[in-house]
Amino acid sequence: MVLECKHVWDYISGYLDNTLPADTLRLVQEHLDHCEICSAVLDSTRNILILTADDRVFELPLGFSDRLHARLDEELNNRMQTSE
Amino acid sequence: MNGSESHRDESKMIAAILGGDTQLFHDLIRPYERTVYVMALSFMRNESEAEDVSQEAFLQAFRKLDCFRGESKFGTWLISITLNEARGRLRRNKILKMDSLDEPDDEDGHISPALLRDWKEIPSEALERKEMQQLLESAVSELPLIYRETFLLRDVEELSVAETAELLSISISLVKVRLHRARMMLQRSLAARLKAMNPKRRWFLWS
Ligand SMILES: [Zn+2]
Repeated sequence: MVLECKHVWDYISGYLDNTLPADTLRLVQEHLDHCEICSAVLDSTRNILILTADDRVFELPLGFSDRLHARLDEELNNRMQTSE
Repeated sequence: MNGSESHRDESKMIAAILGGDTQLFHDLIRPYERTVYVMALSFMRNESEAEDVSQEAFLQAFRKLDCFRGESKFGTWLISITLNEARGRLRRNKILKMDSLDEPDDEDGHISPALLRDWKEIPSEALERKEMQQLLESAVSELPLIYRETFLLRDVEELSVAETAELLSISISLVKVRLHRARMMLQRSLAARLKAMNPKRRWFLWS
């Protein structure tokens, strides 16, 4: 059985997460070894996942922590007073 | 979320806080600030509203700390509080209605990726550039909510498939389907734009 490109695309996530059954993996791998388009789809997807998971994407706004802990302090101090 | 919480004994910290050492709450939540903010941002799509939701979620976590049973991880519990708070706020803003319009209800269609002949690896150093960060953030925020939340929990916050399924109250197989579709949508919206930003020259010449 030979896989068409559009079927290979359905397996990209499973391939990246290493969750494909062995026989599917073998078929996908054979296809990838010979298809430059599917290889580029795989490589670009993997690259995009690495980039989006980087801490520099979705950075906390400047001063976020300070404002958060200041607000928490109000609450924590309140709690202390009411429990005493 | 990172693995740094592994050398902390969170259940001990929680017991101490409940016992009156409330200041310890600051330390307890520090590793989760970004996670909570990212999840809030994914719903609110607005930095200052996301910050509000985050603060509110942390306050609620403190107030309800005695309800934390330790059946899930503290981090997962915090995220569920954040998701509830964000959903509640969206409902009040009535944005949810608008958002659901751009959500395809058919989830078994295929998503075709952007087709390229070759891919030149974009190194992580490229993220030093603000425009690169913004490009990625906006591509993620353009995903329909059901894909955005799945993608962020799994691929950005690195929760397990099972934890993601539990938090979103969906099945494990649906997490996998949505995750795959989210990734393909991102590949489709980003590949060409990223390729155009990838310099032919070496990276250090660009900085
Ligand atoms: Zn192919």
